[in-house]
Amino acid sequence: MKRNSWQDYQKQIADDRYYYARSCIRQNFFPGSERAFIDILTRDLGRDLLDDPKHSSCTGIGYHSDIVPLETIMTVVARQFSLMNEAGYENFVTSCITSFGIYTEILATWQEFPETEERTREHLRKATGREFVKPASLAHTSDIVFHFRDEIAARAKRRLVNVATGEPLRVVEHIGCHYAKIFPKSGIGGSEFPYVLAGMIEAWGGECVDYPERRHCCGFGFRNYLVQANRGYSIANSHKKLESMAPYKPDFIVANCPGCAMFLDKWQYAIAEMEGTTYGEDGHGIPVLTYEEMAGLVLGYDPWRLGMQMHQVDVEPLLDKMGIDYDPAAKYLGRNGKFIGKPETAAVNCGQSDLVYDMRE
Amino acid sequence: MKRVIIIGGGPAGMQTALCLVRRGIEPVIVECENELGGKLRNWHVLFPTFTPASDVLTELRRKVRENRIGVHLSTSVETFTDRQATLSDGRVLTCDAVVVATGFTLFDARIKEEYGYGIYDKVITSADLERLFNEGRVVQAAGEHPRRIAFLHCVGSRDEKVCQQHCSRVCCVTGVKQAIEMRRLFPEADVFNFYMDIRMFGPGYEELYREAQQRYGIHFVRGRISEAAPTHDNRLQIKAEDTLTGRPLRMSVDLLVLLVGMRANDQNAAWAADNGLNQAPSGFLQPKDLFLGNVRSGVEGIFYAGTVTAPKTIGETVNEATAAADAVADYLTTKA
Repeated sequence: MKRNSWQDYQKQIADDRYYYARSCIRQNFFPGSERAFIDILTRDLGRDLLDDPKHSSCTGIGYHSDIVPLETIMTVVARQFSLMNEAGYENFVTSCITSFGIYTEILATWQEFPETEERTREHLRKATGREFVKPASLAHTSDIVFHFRDEIAARAKRRLVNVATGEPLRVVEHIGCHYAKIFPKSGIGGSEFPYVLAGMIEAWGGECVDYPERRHCCGFGFRNYLVQANRGYSIANSHKKLESMAPYKPDFIVANCPGCAMFLDKWQYAIAEMEGTTYGEDGHGIPVLTYEEMAGLVLGYDPWRLGMQMHQVDVEPLLDKMGIDYDPAAKYLGRNGKFIGKPETAAVNCGQSDLVYDMRE
Repeated sequence: MKRVIIIGGGPAGMQTALCLVRRGIEPVIVECENELGGKLRNWHVLFPTFTPASDVLTELRRKVRENRIGVHLSTSVETFTDRQATLSDGRVLTCDAVVVATGFTLFDARIKEEYGYGIYDKVITSADLERLFNEGRVVQAAGEHPRRIAFLHCVGSRDEKVCQQHCSRVCCVTGVKQAIEMRRLFPEADVFNFYMDIRMFGPGYEELYREAQQRYGIHFVRGRISEAAPTHDNRLQIKAEDTLTGRPLRMSVDLLVLLVGMRANDQNAAWAADNGLNQAPSGFLQPKDLFLGNVRSGVEGIFYAGTVTAPKTIGETVNEATAAADAVADYLTTKA
């Protein structure tokens, strides 16, 4: 694809000394990703990063569900900044796209309406006795990985290339809606042709797939899944995307949002169970990675250390394509070698065909 | 002999010069391109009569040549006052008045990123289509047997997101004209025009719009296209909402033509600041008044002609150039 608009949307990304804010949900779905980010930044790239146990949820999910009022979430965000100030950092990095959208929106609100910022300061003071200074820079963790993509490429043990054919792997990159659709200038490449993941893919030898529903939402959309009756909307969105990308035969999907990666992965199981449809090769699903997992594989991390055994769709076909050595027997062994349990065979992972039924029949 | 510098050698500049000559005034045209004609040079046929643009252009150029009007090509005006202009080659021309006829800038469709102009080959602008008609390469762009062709109106017009609130006026009828041309070229293709409003303000325009529907079967859909994306079979998928039926729609097309608007030249701001000229909120230069002083700037000795003040048709532009020459002649007579 001729991407020429992303250069219009560049933002300043700090080079070192990050205050790291974790996601509420990522550690459940992709438990190795945040750890991998910290390891890549600190061990591989030698950067300083503080993983502060004092920080809390940004309450973004509550905010988008109309449970947490705007004044409250602004006060919570102000407290995070205060903790960052206290620790002596000024570059705020958030692991979650929802949080990134929240921080961006609140900083923009304070910029436009200084009286709102003053009110937040008052609320924080009354609630905690704290003061705060706004961050010098705000970035999503995918921005940071993008920033270091060439350094990572220089240290790469493997590339996003099919070792059997020598061809670049075909990658679907999916960007969380709250990364740049609300504030296009806050994301690398803007909202229509975002470059944050595409830049990593290209730098590490892969090839991006542009398909008709590339910009479509994955279906996470808070009300789509928090309200059980609405979950049909959620899976319908993922279904639309998977149908649209399947003819391009992508080798894997990479996403920069906790919800997108989770739904694009797990809804493949649900669709396979409901309709008997799978979208990958040989009846498999299409593996879905986080960008930290993608970076980790490129840097030679062990896939099970990256937590990839927790994916719904098995990643082994991708590992084989990349020529990665892995121990199949170690897949379900935890950190201390303890067996963590093994999921039932599923249709999306080429399980027994009698497991599959078509709910439409 | 009084001398008037005309900045811009498009239809407005040429017509102003021709009228001034008839009144015994010496016009000097300064044109930044290497030939006269402005944007008309790249146009194929003109609405609503399908008159070849070259007919108008050839006639104006012929008269300019026959009247031995002084022309500086490949030269731009850096700064000017009512008494002189400094050219890009360093020369300074003195004069008794200046007519600003620098026209407009085509909206850069790449700014509306959702349509992928400059990224997807199947997305072109209305200006590109005119050029392709002139070069005989429309089939190359649309394919031998296109099944569907879509036009999108108001790209860079009436759009606050891209700071272009004004209506560019001519795009609606251009869209109708081009849709008919495509239907004539590809009778088997379905042609869709996506619009916000259809503004058929000129003589013969409404009739053309009706003909497009009744004779050529062109579909007019009231709604904006939200995005364009490539399909696996090398076509384009577009998404839109049909606001009359209240339903979203998605279709594959073989060509998407963006009807790009006219925006003000960036240079207007600097020239306005230098000379105390007024700019309209749209960025176009603001005439002294919209009723009795359309071609006057409000600053003595500086006049306007054509689309430097607002989007206009070729006919309106040429008429206004005549009016500008008239106002300049009156000014010079009074001054003498």
